Amino acid sequence: MIRLEKRPQPSRGWSYAAPVLAVLLTMLLGGALFAALGQNPVVVIRTIFLDPLFSEFAWFYRPQLLIKGAPLVLIAVGLSFGFRAGIWNIGAEGQYIIGALVGAAVGLALYPLESRWVFVAMVVAGAFGGWAWAMIPGLLRVKFGTNEILVSLMLVYVAESLLAAMALGPLKNPEGMGFPGSRNLSQYPGAANLDLIAGTGLHWGVVAALIAVICAYVALARHIFGFQVRLAGQAPRAARFAGVRPARLVLVCMGLSGALAGLAGLFEVAGPAGQVTIDFNVGYGFTAIIVAFLGRLHPIGILAAGGLMALTYIGGGIAQSNLGLPAAAISLLQGMLLFCLLAVDMLTHYRVRLTMRKVA
Amino acid sequence: MDLSAINPILLLASLMVAATPILLAAIGELVVERAGVLNLGVEGMMITGAVSGFIVAVATGNPWIGFLGAAAGGAALSLVFGVLTQYLLSNQVATGLALTLFGLGLSALMGQGYLGIRAPAFPDVHVPLLADIPVIGPIVFQHDPMVYGGLLIVAGVYGFLHHSRAGLILRAVGENHDAAHALGYHVRRTRMLAIAFGGACAGLGGAYLSLVRVPQWTEGMTAGAGWIALAIVVFAGWKPWRLVLGAYLFGGVTVLQLNLQAAGAAVPVEYLSMSPYLATILVLVIMASGRSPGSLGRTFHAAR
Repeated sequence: MIRLEKRPQPSRGWSYAAPVLAVLLTMLLGGALFAALGQNPVVVIRTIFLDPLFSEFAWFYRPQLLIKGAPLVLIAVGLSFGFRAGIWNIGAEGQYIIGALVGAAVGLALYPLESRWVFVAMVVAGAFGGWAWAMIPGLLRVKFGTNEILVSLMLVYVAESLLAAMALGPLKNPEGMGFPGSRNLSQYPGAANLDLIAGTGLHWGVVAALIAVICAYVALARHIFGFQVRLAGQAPRAARFAGVRPARLVLVCMGLSGALAGLAGLFEVAGPAGQVTIDFNVGYGFTAIIVAFLGRLHPIGILAAGGLMALTYIGGGIAQSNLGLPAAAISLLQGMLLFCLLAVDMLTHYRVRLTMRKVA
Repeated sequence: MDLSAINPILLLASLMVAATPILLAAIGELVVERAGVLNLGVEGMMITGAVSGFIVAVATGNPWIGFLGAAAGGAALSLVFGVLTQYLLSNQVATGLALTLFGLGLSALMGQGYLGIRAPAFPDVHVPLLADIPVIGPIVFQHDPMVYGGLLIVAGVYGFLHHSRAGLILRAVGENHDAAHALGYHVRRTRMLAIAFGGACAGLGGAYLSLVRVPQWTEGMTAGAGWIALAIVVFAGWKPWRLVLGAYLFGGVTVLQLNLQAAGAAVPVEYLSMSPYLATILVLVIMASGRSPGSLGRTFHAAR
């Protein structure tokens, strides 16, 4: 008979071991899945997890790791604060889109002004756009008690429609021969978010992600805000006695995650993506949720998890072109990873006891 | 814009069809939430149901068997959620999200060879006599069987929850799982059954999209319908009959914006297609008053 016994304190050892175990478990289950699809599981797993780093063409893939990882880390760091405090912003994808739209609109409005301040204005506008979009569910929750999960998610679909409207309407390139999509921002020197060191993939978004990780680490470990977030998550009643104002916490957590998601969108649209197109978003906002949990809602963990998730994107791309693996298999693998983590996480909070069934 | 192009009878008639997938998914989720479990994976179960129902229907040529397959597919996926949250005691919000992400990937993978195929026909029934009544006949009595099936399920759930012993136990488990456990009810077993029922209903709702409403398989075809179903459960205040009202209200908005698109409204299509989601937010703001089941979303761990 198996019995679970709640640990008085979450196990430190298991909280580090669980993500590693989850990744290994995912490789096993994923391998079984790929085998069922008629692939050689060992080859596929190697292609996804190792080839981007160590293969012959790794010099080409390594910069991609930064490009794909930066938005994931940036968004996930923002989400982690809210998730710790029980504030569920699921609509980061929408905030990412709106941040990119607002930021790009500022850049396009100033075209062809030649000044580096254009980019600065875009960064501010991008963060503002994401913040404002996240404020909608935040304010609705504070004022009307509306569920922020559902509202923030509904706003993703609204943002996607808005993106399509903008790419086909106001932000369309006037010299684009009627093709949908905006001017290419990465070819507009004032606004471009290019590699700081050519060929490394190190753009301003990567810098911003690293700064966010450091700030989040300090805030969580040393600042009153981090303390309040942790308190609100672990003991909501105690938090109220300690003077944590729930409404303010909701607004700050939502705003912070929205602003960071907006920044991620702006850096993407001004750099790797280059232009506002109907389908420029690729679901970073949703994958970042997995990254946040896989990283144990801790900044350093998120950094590692973001790297790993970026790896699966790139490796998945390689597997798609070299082995003919369907694109959906990768998103399935990412979902599987989150499942495995949630399952293994039980060991952090509970002790498994094998007991003899007592005869009455 | 030519408003006269919109036929009010056809509009009202298609309202019931547009509302059915949401209604099916929402009634399942209502039972799950009344049992005290918050399953945010409705979208994932719906789309898995959509694809598995489509595959089965195409393979057998029989949409009825397709619906059965969809219910089985949705229920199977929901059991993953059930095992994780009930036996491995994982966080319900996170697990539900994982279920949605996983379901979207799984369905895309399963549906690969089925793009561009048409589903076998699912003919409408003409309810004898009633269907011939002018105006009301075409609006209410000339639909496919699943429209009425959805309403029957709602009636069944209402009867089960409020007029049966098992329903009372389910509600007790949802209101206070510790007390229910102390009384000797099987909290986990009740919840697992509720979760499986919710999954089956979400699967049916998804299959209604892929077999009747569209009727084709495309990736991501549910487009947030599962989330809207979750919102409608809140709107309904966890009461089965108000769920019907919510689903039809939503169906009305959807159908109206589609008709406005077809009538060539001056507003671009992209803005019109936002309206169902904006309407859902509005509804959530206005109707945030209902009382949720007492143990909703809380993890149950029996110390003894």
